[in-house]
Amino acid sequence: MIKIIDYKAGNAPSVLNAVNRLGYCAELARREEELHGASHIILPGVGSAGATMRSLRDMALIEALEHLVLNEKTLFLGICVGLQILLEYSEEENTRCLGWIKGRVVRFDESKVRVPQMGWNEVCLSESPINPTMRDYFYFVNSYYALPEDMCDIWGVADYGEEFAAAVRKDNIFAAQFHVEKSGEAGLNLLGRFLSC
Amino acid sequence: MLTKRLIACFDIIDGMVTKAVQFQDNILVAPAEEMAGAMYDAQIDELIFYDITASAQKRPIDIETVKKVARRVFIPFTVGGGIKTLGDMYEALKAGAEKISVDSMAVRNPGIITEGAKAFGSQCVVLSVQAKYTGLTHSGYEVYIDGARLATGMDAVEWFKRGQELGAGEICVNSIDRDGTLSGYDLKLMKLAERAVSIPVIASGGAGAPEHLSELFSETQAQAAIISSMLYSPRIERNYTVRELKAYLADKNIAVRPWKDNNSGKNPTI
Repeated sequence: MIKIIDYKAGNAPSVLNAVNRLGYCAELARREEELHGASHIILPGVGSAGATMRSLRDMALIEALEHLVLNEKTLFLGICVGLQILLEYSEEENTRCLGWIKGRVVRFDESKVRVPQMGWNEVCLSESPINPTMRDYFYFVNSYYALPEDMCDIWGVADYGEEFAAAVRKDNIFAAQFHVEKSGEAGLNLLGRFLSC
Repeated sequence: MLTKRLIACFDIIDGMVTKAVQFQDNILVAPAEEMAGAMYDAQIDELIFYDITASAQKRPIDIETVKKVARRVFIPFTVGGGIKTLGDMYEALKAGAEKISVDSMAVRNPGIITEGAKAFGSQCVVLSVQAKYTGLTHSGYEVYIDGARLATGMDAVEWFKRGQELGAGEICVNSIDRDGTLSGYDLKLMKLAERAVSIPVIASGGAGAPEHLSELFSETQAQAAIISSMLYSPRIERNYTVRELKAYLADKNIAVRPWKDNNSGKNPTI
């Protein structure tokens, strides 16, 4: 079963709509036991890294997620802030994050670009088990972006004043800074590739 | 590279899309989710819905319509009208909206911008400003509220800046003078806005032809444009498709998300 983590600042219902549109069923998960039997776990993201980490802690989900994703290798998709909290640290409210991917999250330079980045940007995704090398336009809303330490963890890049990591990937962990659930047919296509894996 | 956005904006009354000219004489066009679906299929970049009678009728925003739209479209959409409290914002976001637009209510209670930004993030809060050239304020542009009927005496440019300070993530600048006139955006107003703030600016009011869009994007740093009448107003002589507008802008070297033939079933690859 596909599980979508439903926390207060997230937009789990929008992700559920997109999953349903692709013909899959999914359940929203708010408690540890609701993650049992997950084939795919999606962590949507809206809001700040700090608030998201607090929500996950308050819901006592971190240990269960680490067990399922890091030990059991359950397929995982993080979206937007759901990508950012995978790194070790975010500048946003000085937040210590999950650290599944080495590196940190920093703010776009306001002297160069309008912050937040808001709109459709072209992403170049490198080949992965779910996709060939491809370019397409996806919808972004972010003031912060990931700086993975290991270049091998970068799955996709886009340009906003400078090149930045638009998607990261490591083993069974996939994550997009853009909103796959709100990126039209391109987003649905990528989500479909993840779900069919 | 981040592209310029084309946004379709719908005024909703009882779940039906309407189109107003200078905020008067609403005419019904179609159910909101149908219109939203058609615009999604046409590859519009974003949608905005204003529940325009919610405030006057003292009721919250029409959540059922928001939910219906969210099940049909997979692009960002903003909702406004009848949003008074954090609870109203939360309900609209949970129903599937990405952003909440605040307008008259934010003039009366600016603190709601900050509260919304703190609770859900700045990116969720769009400050919508109705501005009219009256020559009575510092910039000459004055903020109006309540469906552009009531002058506030506030300077529009000062309000844009204050909105950003309070935590808005985007400013939608509506020119009352140009609304429904199809004579082009108020470029002077849009320039004042984008220079006053560092957050994205959406230009609204006046679009009637493709060249109005290319003027806007080449002469100002506005990041998005509302193009409602051009797309669907039955009152306009010639409607344009999103595909035509995107092709026109691309030809003028303006970065847009290209229209794509989704029926081919293939994604572009390198």
